[in-house]
Amino acid sequence: MIRVQREDFDVGAEIEALTRDNPAIGGVASFIGLVRDVAGSDRVRAMTLEHYPGMTERQLAAIDEEARRRWPLDATLIIHRFGRLEPGDRIVLVVTASAHRQAALEACAFLIDWLKTKAPFWKNEETPHGARWVAARHEDDAAAARWQKP
Amino acid sequence: MKVLYFAWLRQRVGCDQEEVTPPASVTTVAALIDWLKTRSARHAEALKDSSVVRVAVNQEYARPGDSVGPNDEIALFPPVTGGSA
Repeated sequence: MIRVQREDFDVGAEIEALTRDNPAIGGVASFIGLVRDVAGSDRVRAMTLEHYPGMTERQLAAIDEEARRRWPLDATLIIHRFGRLEPGDRIVLVVTASAHRQAALEACAFLIDWLKTKAPFWKNEETPHGARWVAARHEDDAAAARWQKP
Repeated sequence: MKVLYFAWLRQRVGCDQEEVTPPASVTTVAALIDWLKTRSARHAEALKDSSVVRVAVNQEYARPGDSVGPNDEIALFPPVTGGSA
């Protein structure tokens, strides 16, 4: 399941709803991304996430489909927020559920690495020196590339 | 043809979308970007470094040689920065 929303989410309630009534699930992995209060040497007061409505949902659905092709997953959930967020706020939630832990853990890592480089979101940070757009990091491309099949 | 701009490209171009009618000779992503640069000084400035411009045609990532047509939705944006640390 894919959701792109301005509102916050309740991690416990989301996991509970995703796994309820599916006793085949033996393991659930989750990743929760938060806004940090520092970027390099600057304090970050807040950040605004912009996205491309329509393409965002398509890309997240494609990434989700790819994870389900690679691992035997019983349930998946990706929630990504947009709008203005402050340090400590939740940005993203990825949940994967499978019969066994390995598939759930690997698929969760894959989803978070891939969505960083494929989902059309852009972050604008508010710092003491003014607002600035966050640049893409080579480390993120490398993290996504480790999942490329030979 | 509808062209959308996001993030700093939107700010530098000065609009979030525009309806354009390039000449018939413009049939690829690369040719479209070159033609868009001629629309204004702001376009030329925003699009001068193509290494930091990503393109989607009808909401799918596209390469410079991919084709574009009159009914397509083209989006230009910087490399994406979603997710978190």
